[in-house]
Amino acid sequence: MLSAASTMVLAVDAAPNPWFDPSYVSGNWDTILPLLGEHVRLTVAAVVLGTVLAFPLALLARRSRWLAGPVLGLSTLIYTIPSLAMFAFVAPVTGLTATTVLIGLVLYSLVILVRNFLAGLQSVPADVREAALGMGYGRARTLWQVEVPLALPSIMAGLRVATVSTVALVTVGVIVGHGGLGQLITGGFAANFYRAEIVTGAVGCVLLALLADLLLAWVGRALTPWSRGARS
Amino acid sequence: MNLLQDAVRYLNDPFNWTRANGIVELLGQHLRISALAVLAAMAIGIPVGALLGHVGRGGGFAVALSNVSRAVPTLALLTVFAVTPIGFGPTATTIALALFAVPPVLTNTYVGFRGVDRDVVEASRAMGMSGRQVLLRAELPLATPLMMTGVRTAAVQVVATATLAALVAGGGLGRIITLGFRQQDYGAVLAGAIVVAVLALLTELLLAAVSWALTPGEKRLPFGRVRARRAAAAGAAAQR
Repeated sequence: MLSAASTMVLAVDAAPNPWFDPSYVSGNWDTILPLLGEHVRLTVAAVVLGTVLAFPLALLARRSRWLAGPVLGLSTLIYTIPSLAMFAFVAPVTGLTATTVLIGLVLYSLVILVRNFLAGLQSVPADVREAALGMGYGRARTLWQVEVPLALPSIMAGLRVATVSTVALVTVGVIVGHGGLGQLITGGFAANFYRAEIVTGAVGCVLLALLADLLLAWVGRALTPWSRGARS
Repeated sequence: MNLLQDAVRYLNDPFNWTRANGIVELLGQHLRISALAVLAAMAIGIPVGALLGHVGRGGGFAVALSNVSRAVPTLALLTVFAVTPIGFGPTATTIALALFAVPPVLTNTYVGFRGVDRDVVEASRAMGMSGRQVLLRAELPLATPLMMTGVRTAAVQVVATATLAALVAGGGLGRIITLGFRQQDYGAVLAGAIVVAVLALLTELLLAAVSWALTPGEKRLPFGRVRARRAAAAGAAAQR
């Protein structure tokens, strides 16, 4: 028996272990769905919170060159920190919860968004701003009715990049047990290299990212009807 | 900050540095894997990007490549390579990381070569330079700053991402963090995070200095340059 076993290949290799297995998806739908839900929730929450925080920061950075340096420098610093380290910095404070993942994700999306918001606001021609002021627009009204619409292409581009990279980054949350579809990836790895599970997680992430990107692209088009003729 | 004290104590203990699978050994693995991955990515990305930029084709391809690579989770690729017949270990990690490093190098090289002033190219042609000479002696020096930005982005990203290899039983400094989580030793987790973050920042600074030294002509701090051009480079911003 022993000699027979030694001549045989490993059980892992012998057992069928296909890369794609639709029956895995249908059979484990109950496992996949909550993970997908968590993935979407974390992504949406991170991008929304990131936007809420990034907008005032971008406005602040625009007001003076003095503040732009520190804001952009700090965001570069944050972006350089590896994701695993980021979650490791946060985890001792918030524990093994989804909050840990969320804080890390918000920080990363914040970095991308601040840069794009700032670039968008700075791209508004000074003439246009002056014309708005000349027409009697107040500061707030100039911002909402003139500057933000003109900055929208850059803002939407930032949102798309932030969303797509957030979808990918959620997977690293497996380190604290809240990685959304990433749980399938490491779960499959731990379950004796179960390829169908790994591929389901990986392909799910990519599809989710593409879907989110398409959705945001569509929203961007709907929000800027004036640029449609010029673009395409 | 009790945890911070734990982390400092962990880092202060020479044994944690010198033992088998200590910080020194893991750092060696980490750097070896990262260097190999970046070199491989440069070997692929620079020639392809330079040629595409030289002939002025494939812009859509370069942008699509960098967009798609952003959507694929690094963890997924690391895991997928680990379960192929290559098996988990340094080789699989290196291949996965190299694949992730190609898009920023390729895209930035492409944009760098594409962005060379057409007048300069025509002037060099008029001076009798062959296509090869134009590529190597006129376009290459002018494209170097942006190319180096791509290499820097890729290298920092690779050094940062190599940490994730620890999640799929690979080597590198991420092991300190994953092991710390497993043993619920948050001091070690924090210590590992500090080491990894410092390494990433040092890589960024070192490569910024290198690209500053390699840039011909007037010298500016590379950070300003990067910021101004990153938008133009269709965002080589990548995931960590």
